[in-house]
Amino acid sequence: MNIVDRRLNPRGKALENRQRFLRRAKGVVQQAVKQSLQSRNIRDVLDGGEVSIPMDGMEEPSLRRGSGGTHDRVLPGNKTFIEGDVLPRSGGGGSGRPDKAGEGAGEDAFRFVLTREEFLNVFLDDLELPDLAKRRLTETEHESPVRAGYSVSGSPANIAVNRTTRLAMMRRMALRRPSPETIARLQAEIAACEEDGLRLVLEDKVKALEAKVRRIPYIDPVDVRYRRYENEPKPVAQAVMFCLMDVSGSMTEHMKDLAKRFYMLLYIFLAQRYRHVELVFIRHTDRAEEVDEDTFFHSPATGGTLVSSALEAMRSVIAKRYSPEDWNIYAAQASDGDNSYSDEAATERLLKDAILPASQYFAYLEVGESGRESVSHSALWRLYERLRAEGAPLSIRKVSHRSEIFPVFRELFQRRQGHEKATS
Amino acid sequence: MTTAAMEPLFEGADWSFFTLQRIHDACEEIALSELGLDVYPNQIEVITAEQMLDAYSSTGMPLFYKHWSFGKHFAHHEAFYRKGLRDLAYEIVINSSPCVSYLMEENTATMQTLVIAHAAFGHNHFFKNNYLFKTWTDAEGILDYLEFAKGYIARCEERHGQIAVERTLDAAHALMSHGVHRYPGKSKLDLRLEERRERDRRAHEEQIFNDLWRTVPAGPSKSAQDLGAERRRTVLGLPQDNLLYFLEKSAPRLQAWQREILRIVRHVAQYFHPQRQTKVMNEGTATYVHYRIMTRLHEKQALSDGNFLEFLTSHSNVVFQPPYDHPRFPGFNPYALGFAMMQDLERIVTAPEVEDREWFPDIAGTGDAMAVLRDIWANYRDESFISQFLSPRLMRQMRMFHVCDDPARTEGVVVEAIHDEAGYRRIRRQLAREYDISWTDPNIEVVDVDLAGDRRLLLRHSVVNGCLLQDTAATHVLQHIADLWSYDVRLQEVDPTGTVLREHVASPRVLPRAA
Repeated sequence: MNIVDRRLNPRGKALENRQRFLRRAKGVVQQAVKQSLQSRNIRDVLDGGEVSIPMDGMEEPSLRRGSGGTHDRVLPGNKTFIEGDVLPRSGGGGSGRPDKAGEGAGEDAFRFVLTREEFLNVFLDDLELPDLAKRRLTETEHESPVRAGYSVSGSPANIAVNRTTRLAMMRRMALRRPSPETIARLQAEIAACEEDGLRLVLEDKVKALEAKVRRIPYIDPVDVRYRRYENEPKPVAQAVMFCLMDVSGSMTEHMKDLAKRFYMLLYIFLAQRYRHVELVFIRHTDRAEEVDEDTFFHSPATGGTLVSSALEAMRSVIAKRYSPEDWNIYAAQASDGDNSYSDEAATERLLKDAILPASQYFAYLEVGESGRESVSHSALWRLYERLRAEGAPLSIRKVSHRSEIFPVFRELFQRRQGHEKATS
Repeated sequence: MTTAAMEPLFEGADWSFFTLQRIHDACEEIALSELGLDVYPNQIEVITAEQMLDAYSSTGMPLFYKHWSFGKHFAHHEAFYRKGLRDLAYEIVINSSPCVSYLMEENTATMQTLVIAHAAFGHNHFFKNNYLFKTWTDAEGILDYLEFAKGYIARCEERHGQIAVERTLDAAHALMSHGVHRYPGKSKLDLRLEERRERDRRAHEEQIFNDLWRTVPAGPSKSAQDLGAERRRTVLGLPQDNLLYFLEKSAPRLQAWQREILRIVRHVAQYFHPQRQTKVMNEGTATYVHYRIMTRLHEKQALSDGNFLEFLTSHSNVVFQPPYDHPRFPGFNPYALGFAMMQDLERIVTAPEVEDREWFPDIAGTGDAMAVLRDIWANYRDESFISQFLSPRLMRQMRMFHVCDDPARTEGVVVEAIHDEAGYRRIRRQLAREYDISWTDPNIEVVDVDLAGDRRLLLRHSVVNGCLLQDTAATHVLQHIADLWSYDVRLQEVDPTGTVLREHVASPRVLPRAA
């Protein structure tokens, strides 16, 4: 008999089959992920978790009999029946049998758990920032160290032990450093030696050898080598995303929720895919302020509406920190479309003269009350539409329900055909 | 029975590899000398829960080719397991030589003893001795064959692309249930025998030669068309119920590697074919064996009373048979039915009643239960086992009854037979039939190919009791067949009178490439 311990075998033997399964189920998994977004908090959703997908294209068909026709069965546990009894069919199905429980369940939907990685992959599949590579993306460089041979100086942490001992050994052999064994042998001879004269000679010899050992060190500073690294520049596209959110009094809780959800998606997308993209959060009422991410998502504020204030804030941040020469600039704005009438001219001027020329891409998301499809367009919407017709890099979308957030988000950041993928 | 007290095999729930060895040796002694079992050498492998899930999803085999469906099963099992809805099996055992049993690391020492007795001796003996396994499986070669299959399919993927291979495998998997030979083919005569037969036939003809026959008017000769059809069917080996075999040998446009993949899937299906036919017997045997071994170990004091109680708890869970109206009634539990029948047989052999002598004259009261059981284990499958050895007493004990659900009777289902003198035989026949897979699986055959015309393949489903095929599944499978065959395929569902009840048609999805 043999006992084999298989517990130590490499894990994840099933991984490849799983990937094949996910690849095949991609479409339906994406659908399921989208649905789970509606019902759950985004933060929770991103931890992966259970999704339930329909069996379309995933079934493994085989030639089986259907439920029609006559069925005979033997069952255990008879209590009162005798031959010839007629039992009413239980359950609604036409050809029910006395045992109806648990039949067919679990056939239509298929539930399983996605890991966080898999979830994000599905979730962000096919999204990218448009036109990222167009500007001078190698202006500043990101450096990363690569191995580049050995050097005689360096930090102790980088000592190349193999190389050092090899050099030390070469030097010791070249200088004929006596080995400890030679001395030990001579000493044994001395111990065994009877004759005084010979012993003196031997002792002298040992002394000479020992002196030589002291003169020639085992490892000399000249032997020591260090691993050398060189910093290799890596081009990185510099990008900054401005998130402009209207938090004025005209925005209802529902609208704010939609806007926040949108930015949450944007935030996750950028954080996951583009490590070097900077984010600037600007929220505005009748005046705008740059805030950190926590305040942006969580702290309440209210007031009147002046859209130009946010654009003005964005312009000043660009002027201060992100020169359009060196940066790919993106902006996403969410608003209910209300703007005070007196502000329209200022808004248009700012957009036309400062913001749009500097930006690669500007996404405008108009949030509305759920269920209410407004016929007339808002002031902002009309303005943006006009600008877009003039050829500005603008995308505008309307959202009035949670379930639309993800599709709209995907539309806005779908990978465009014909643009090569930018390096992140 | 004499009982020499043994040292306890272990204490508490912990075990080590040394304990496993001792447990195995103790079980082996009882199994071989007292029960007279004949087993393959054992290999015991300790695995984790994840590995168990993995084994689940790839049909229990330790190595298997890659396919998305295994990933799907894994994800499914895993979701259930994580939620705690389903326990994993305590063991999986593989019909190979050496016989590999997987033990979960979470099992307690008692459970490991149970599992070793159950799998490494019960199942093992059954695999080695049952005629179906002897005929259809090659225990020595299966692992090597799977190794080959895995490598071959991986190489195909490299050469022809994952998608193409996946498509072929999907199609083959869909036909797996109709990819087995049900009867061993007749063995080919060798040339010498063939020649002798030919000589004999000639001699016989000469002997009975009578010129008078020439003058007898012959019946209407078969038309050339009929003869052609007959010849075509003979050449193609039709009708053929092994669809995979037929496609592998005769599909006109398959590549060599595709044929080989069909062959691999067919071999795997054939390997599992005996297991499908012996669920009750296999589990019954293993359960009976573990029960005997555990009881004996307890008698010898190798198992403490506490450990034995732990065993009895799991044992009674395993052989629990809920009645038909239980909310979680899944049908007959093969463990329960098998174990009950084995115990009943033991009773019939050692302490028969008058009724048993009448029903089982050959075995009642012969005294050596193990000899009778070993013989049964070797020579029966579920269907024949039940139809011969289900005793009236057990039918009464399990209170079996036979219902018939005929859609024509709108008022309900009819109780056809119950456990009384008038019903025993009918119940037994019906239950045996439920385990006859050539009865439960739809009977589908390739009947003809239109070689002269559009090369349409004609399949026929012989409908029994008006049960048609499940429509969507049949459409999907037929699509797969059409893809393999590369021309149109028609499946007719025909009732015993010859009326066509329904017809499915499929055309290949990709246009056949020029050969």
